[in-house]
Amino acid sequence: MDLSYGQAAEAFRAEVRAFLASNWPRAADLRGADLKAFIRDFRAQATDAGYLYRAIPKIYGGSQQPVDVIKAQVIREEFARARAPAEIGGNGMNMTVPTLLEKGTDEQKELFIRKTVAGDYVWGQGYSEPGSGSDLASVRTKGELSADGSKWIINGQKIWTSQGMQSTHMFMLVRTEPDAPKHDGITYLLIDLEQPGITRRPIRQMTGEEGDHTFCEFFFDNAETPVGWQVGERGQGWYVSRTTLKHERASIGSADGLGRQFAKLVELAKDVGRIDEPVIRDKLAQIEGFVLSHRYTSFRLFSCAAAGEDPGPVALMMKLLLTEIGHEMALLSQELIGEHGFVEPSGAGGRGNRGPRGPEKWLDQIMGSLGNSIAGGASNIQRNIIGERGLGLPRDLALSGER
Amino acid sequence: MHFHLTQEQAAIQDAVRGTLADNWPLDRLHAFADGDQDFDRTSWNALMALGLGDILLPDSGMGLLDAALACEVAGEAAAPGPLIGQLLSVAAVAALGNSDFPLDALVSGEKVATLVHGGSAYVPCARAADYFLVVDRAAGVRLIPAGEGVTIEPLKSTDRSRPVSKVVIADGAGNAIFAASDAMTARLADAALVLVAADALGGAQKVTDMSVAYAKEREQFGQPIGRFQALKHQLAHMALDAEPARALVWYAAYAWDAALPDAPRAAAMAKAHLCDVFVRAARAAVAAHGGIGYTWEYGLNYWFRRAAFDRAWLGSPSEHRARAANLAGW
Repeated sequence: MDLSYGQAAEAFRAEVRAFLASNWPRAADLRGADLKAFIRDFRAQATDAGYLYRAIPKIYGGSQQPVDVIKAQVIREEFARARAPAEIGGNGMNMTVPTLLEKGTDEQKELFIRKTVAGDYVWGQGYSEPGSGSDLASVRTKGELSADGSKWIINGQKIWTSQGMQSTHMFMLVRTEPDAPKHDGITYLLIDLEQPGITRRPIRQMTGEEGDHTFCEFFFDNAETPVGWQVGERGQGWYVSRTTLKHERASIGSADGLGRQFAKLVELAKDVGRIDEPVIRDKLAQIEGFVLSHRYTSFRLFSCAAAGEDPGPVALMMKLLLTEIGHEMALLSQELIGEHGFVEPSGAGGRGNRGPRGPEKWLDQIMGSLGNSIAGGASNIQRNIIGERGLGLPRDLALSGER
Repeated sequence: MHFHLTQEQAAIQDAVRGTLADNWPLDRLHAFADGDQDFDRTSWNALMALGLGDILLPDSGMGLLDAALACEVAGEAAAPGPLIGQLLSVAAVAALGNSDFPLDALVSGEKVATLVHGGSAYVPCARAADYFLVVDRAAGVRLIPAGEGVTIEPLKSTDRSRPVSKVVIADGAGNAIFAASDAMTARLADAALVLVAADALGGAQKVTDMSVAYAKEREQFGQPIGRFQALKHQLAHMALDAEPARALVWYAAYAWDAALPDAPRAAAMAKAHLCDVFVRAARAAVAAHGGIGYTWEYGLNYWFRRAAFDRAWLGSPSEHRARAANLAGW
């Protein structure tokens, strides 16, 4: 075992540092539109240098670099250290672009990728529906061809779309062949959200979070999209949606967030004057055993990715592990905040300006940790995945016809 | 950057696994469990013939990580013999340089050394031991030849794979080889924690594998029980408990080998966490098997008992979590 990145990586690090030293220091007085323009220019230069959008071909605005998870890691670390803007994130970069690169037409790639990379197009995910959660292939939002065959006409409802109020476009799963077996009756469509047939509404969450930054639901009432915006074959949308690009996905920092949150939990125990209690110390160390397991396993996954080796079932466990640790931290923080928990924290659950917040701010984590059990594959689905794909157990009979 | 096993390390584990499969099948374990010995020379010689005694020699090119990988497989097989005490005794005697202790015979396994946790009267494989390596953070390290002020009272032992005796060591018996203040004392104590954690990891993996295999074979209501979600989820949680913890053992061993500042704390965390994992896994395994798991004949109980031993030996999880809390400066 060796946790250093090696000489070549350190030479590359020096190169990235030199680039950042000469390109990122921004004038302190840059504000508003000037700052935005500066950041846009900086990202363009960083892309030219091969540091950003490495998986994206040059013709679509990327830097088209060979896969190198170590270099990608060094870039992430150095950009974070310099607090320089890294790639624009979100659904567009994580889902739309990889899907288009693999399954899109040249026209679609030309139309969407460059603008997504530039941040001009913001994508919402149109998968979940009120009646379709874990059984995603049961989607009922209906797509029908217009009489002239030039457009899809869409009716139905989508829900739990993050960044929904900011989204300009959506990638969605729509039932187009109601008589086909359920996985073979779905088409993958892209749609412009700025049109009369679409209304959107923020969902008020149990955390109290509401407003422009939260999840949305979308209602489609004869909304339209050109047939040329259909990705993959008609009826094959389920398989299109399974596309994932694993390009340089592995990162050492994937466990850092959990480590930082654990450090805050220790600080909370100090702040409320309970760090000297043996029971609290024991519980903290118990939780830390899992936090460190998660952290060092992220090293293991990174190391396997760098070597091009399959890490095995452990890769399937990381989401559930993270979720379970979040619950344990929620329970201990609830003990620690005591009566502070009687008071709703200012700006509960939300972002933006929230004013001073004491120990009661942990209510955000206490409730938010429940979201992790649901979003991105519910915990019981994760258990199925670990059991079936990881341990090779036979599929549940009710699901045995599923894919 | 490398934080997964090399092909060579995987090959070492396969060699140890194969040797134990040949020399320590379940029927041998059954016979040993009902016998009155605390040591099995045949399987010990087979293991030591692989060269495990070399691992902690300073010039072996290997280290505690490799020792942990061997101990992991020993835990998996519920192997008898004081492997942890033997490997640490080699490290201790090698660190002394020239001494009267027979380093070559310890490396080969001809002479057997067992580990005594300072302050504990319970010692595995005591009757077979030629040497007792007493590691005591507060009093230092002693290496005591059998017979020199050592009295042994055999016990009916819970852990049938590593039977313990009650051992009384006379004050001043044997040689004080490292003072409490010598860095080697803490190093040996930390290394012992990592190796027990590795044994527990192997045990937890073994009972998880047994449970998964059984769930694929056993049929109820006309289908393999592993198809039922309730059991599938329990098995997924056993795997979720054990598999990510593997990296905790690797890190603790790596930190010890690289003498990183957090090595003592990593060892404490690994010991505490893995021994809890093993106990939980052994309980869950019996539950997952149902009646067959509760029989003596099936053998699952040997790992349950080994888990009980690992958990309490060298200090309980809560003791090491308290140490870890202090070491973190909380």
